[in-house]
Amino acid sequence: MEKARAQWGNPLQFVFACISYAVGLGNVWRFPYLCQMYGGGSFLVPYLIMLIVEGMPLLYLELAVGQRMRQGSIGAWRTISPYLGGVGVASVVVSFFLAIYYNIINAWGFWYFFNSFQDPLPWSVCPLNGNRTGYDEECEKASSTQYFWYRKTLNISPSIQESGTVQWEPALCLVLAWTMVYLCILRGPETTGKVAYITALVPYGVLIIYLVRGLTLHGATNGLLYMFTPKVEQLANPRAWINAATQIFFSLGLGFGSLIAFASYNEPSNNCQKHTIVVSLINSATSIFASVVTFSIYGFKATFNYEDCLNKVILLLTNSFDLEDGFLTASNLEQVKGYLASTYPSKYSEVFPLLENCSLESELDTAVQGTGLAFIVYTEAIKNMEVSQLWSVLYFFMLLLLGMGSMLGNTAAILTPLTDSQVISSHLPKEAISGLLCLVNCAIGLLFTMEAGSYWFDIFNDYAATLSLLLIVLVEAIAVCYVYGLRRFGAELEAMTGRALNWYWKVMWAFVSPLLIVSLFLFYLADYILSGTLQYQAWDATQGRLVTKDYPAYAVVVIGLLVASSTMCIPLVALGTYVMRRLKKGSSVPVA
Amino acid sequence: MLWLLFFLVTVIRAELCQPDAENAFKVRLSIRTALGDKAYVWDTNEEYLFRAMVAFSMRKVPNRETTEISHVLLCNVTQRVSFWFVVTDPSKNHTLPANEVQSAIRMNRNRINNVFFLNDQTLEFLKIPSTLAPPMDPSVPIWIIIFGVIFCIVIVATTLLILSGIRQRRRENKGSSEVDDIEDKLENMDTITNSTRCDSLDMKGGHINDVFMTEDERLTPL
Repeated sequence: MEKARAQWGNPLQFVFACISYAVGLGNVWRFPYLCQMYGGGSFLVPYLIMLIVEGMPLLYLELAVGQRMRQGSIGAWRTISPYLGGVGVASVVVSFFLAIYYNIINAWGFWYFFNSFQDPLPWSVCPLNGNRTGYDEECEKASSTQYFWYRKTLNISPSIQESGTVQWEPALCLVLAWTMVYLCILRGPETTGKVAYITALVPYGVLIIYLVRGLTLHGATNGLLYMFTPKVEQLANPRAWINAATQIFFSLGLGFGSLIAFASYNEPSNNCQKHTIVVSLINSATSIFASVVTFSIYGFKATFNYEDCLNKVILLLTNSFDLEDGFLTASNLEQVKGYLASTYPSKYSEVFPLLENCSLESELDTAVQGTGLAFIVYTEAIKNMEVSQLWSVLYFFMLLLLGMGSMLGNTAAILTPLTDSQVISSHLPKEAISGLLCLVNCAIGLLFTMEAGSYWFDIFNDYAATLSLLLIVLVEAIAVCYVYGLRRFGAELEAMTGRALNWYWKVMWAFVSPLLIVSLFLFYLADYILSGTLQYQAWDATQGRLVTKDYPAYAVVVIGLLVASSTMCIPLVALGTYVMRRLKKGSSVPVA
Repeated sequence: MLWLLFFLVTVIRAELCQPDAENAFKVRLSIRTALGDKAYVWDTNEEYLFRAMVAFSMRKVPNRETTEISHVLLCNVTQRVSFWFVVTDPSKNHTLPANEVQSAIRMNRNRINNVFFLNDQTLEFLKIPSTLAPPMDPSVPIWIIIFGVIFCIVIVATTLLILSGIRQRRRENKGSSEVDDIEDKLENMDTITNSTRCDSLDMKGGHINDVFMTEDERLTPL
């Protein structure tokens, strides 16, 4: 008797699993950056257009394929066409790469989370130097939050060539992160479905708390005004549109096979069209919500730094001219400066070069994304809030939930094809397969805990998934529409769910979305080729800031391998299947 | 004659205490920054207290136990509030070496700060670096404790889940193997006796064909 396929406890678990997978760290640390770079409020226009034209159709495609084929990505694409099993394999390879490097972010999140239970927060003060007369030199040149990130957390080396040793603190946190992932995926969709309730809902709770806290911070309105003031001229910038398309694409997690895996555990009659719209709208709404929170925090931080800068100038002037303490304030600063310049011109010209030009605009202009935003900028803002331990704990708890939710989807993408395959699942129970996967990923992930680990992380982050995913989703769309047949697929969907396939989806799948992906793909290819040598940002401890360096040859080779190993799966498997079929045809005895 | 002497003395004393004089230190106070509304006014009484504190610090240095308040000279008091001071020896002709004064002040910095309700940043002795307080260093870093707690919880939960999964699978296997055993026994019986034994009909794994049950049998409670 065939064992029934595992299923979600109820359709809500499926929706929550998709939401917790799609709503991840990218919503919190990439979208606000893009919003700031490409015109604030006006970025929402290309973003929403791309959502409707690209995001929703492709999401629906993946969910429909998974629900119809009721298998993981490899089996599903092999069913669509035996030559296209490679698409599934490519998805699994990309998911594997993602799983290796994504969990290190959770490990860093754990490290910061554990360190938040101290007073004072370890990143708010610089450590003392050897003879205790001042602060550590690197910390003085940079800031205490940067020092904690680059020195205490990463212990970063000056370049990617110097690998250094495995740092035991992040390594321990990585082991914990993988153990937690194992705990959540242990039993398949049973446990994943229940964990999804927490990983999908609790981050919203934290975001709401942060929204209230953020909006009541001093200077928050500066950040919000700055961000939401639309700069309409950015609409003409093609990069804004390209980045909007890219953001929608990667934010929904298309092409990894996770969505197919999740949908394969659905009831065949599930209304996945409704779920598509719900998940994509919630994902985008979360991005916008998170950026409101981020910008109120930005505003607070920028105002704090601006006032700090002003106070430094005031102190310098007060000390140089022996003015009465408390006489100089921010409001009369300019007047007094003028007065001093005219009354003591020689002394003023000595002091003048040391006076910093304090500008709120330039503070707000510092746009940061990625780990820099999460671990440096946010922590800097948090350390200046009251009861900073509480805010820090809440914030990193939210980051961990978001990261874990995405990891669950990721590992589901790898595990579902493995457990579907008869070969493997007959020899090993589900728990053993998951355990092996977590163990292997953890072992490889220790690479990222070395001193140069952060540089390798950046390589994986920038190159492991970008081009490959575009290609995978393009082949997926073409496969469903032209190889399998759009009419046939539409008829099957209608038979399965009881609802006819809307013409809108048909048009999008057949023409618009593939065209968009091709143009994105061409743009990225051109960008990589035109930019010449690939460069990265390295931390220079002597200067206390980031410097740009070129990747060495072997790093470029690794990048090439990363991209090739997933994209080559598609043609290689197709070729392999073709060869096998020819061999079988050749060896079969002709019937007389 | 007397006033000439007095004049000489003040001139000498004035020469001893001058901005950038040998062995002189500049002091800077930021009372309003530190205390806000509760700031006190810096007057000659406060200056006297300051001189007393410096003399007190010097008296703690071996060989300088006879330092008096009159040996501490203040000059150039500005609105900021900042001034220069020197400490003279009992003859009032030379100033004490800077490093002695420096070490004395460093030893007693905390007490001097507390007297004026200020701290190292608001009561500055230029050229006398303050010793910064080291951060509290617990023997076991706090993060390891929390890490240990969470790690243990996760390991326990994982083990429980795995064990319950194994137990469930073993129960399923035992259930299906019981069915197999009884079916085997039935086959053996048939080959030996060539008839069906009655008690073997009531086993759990068997299927009872409901069609041939009468109404009474169906309603009889077991």
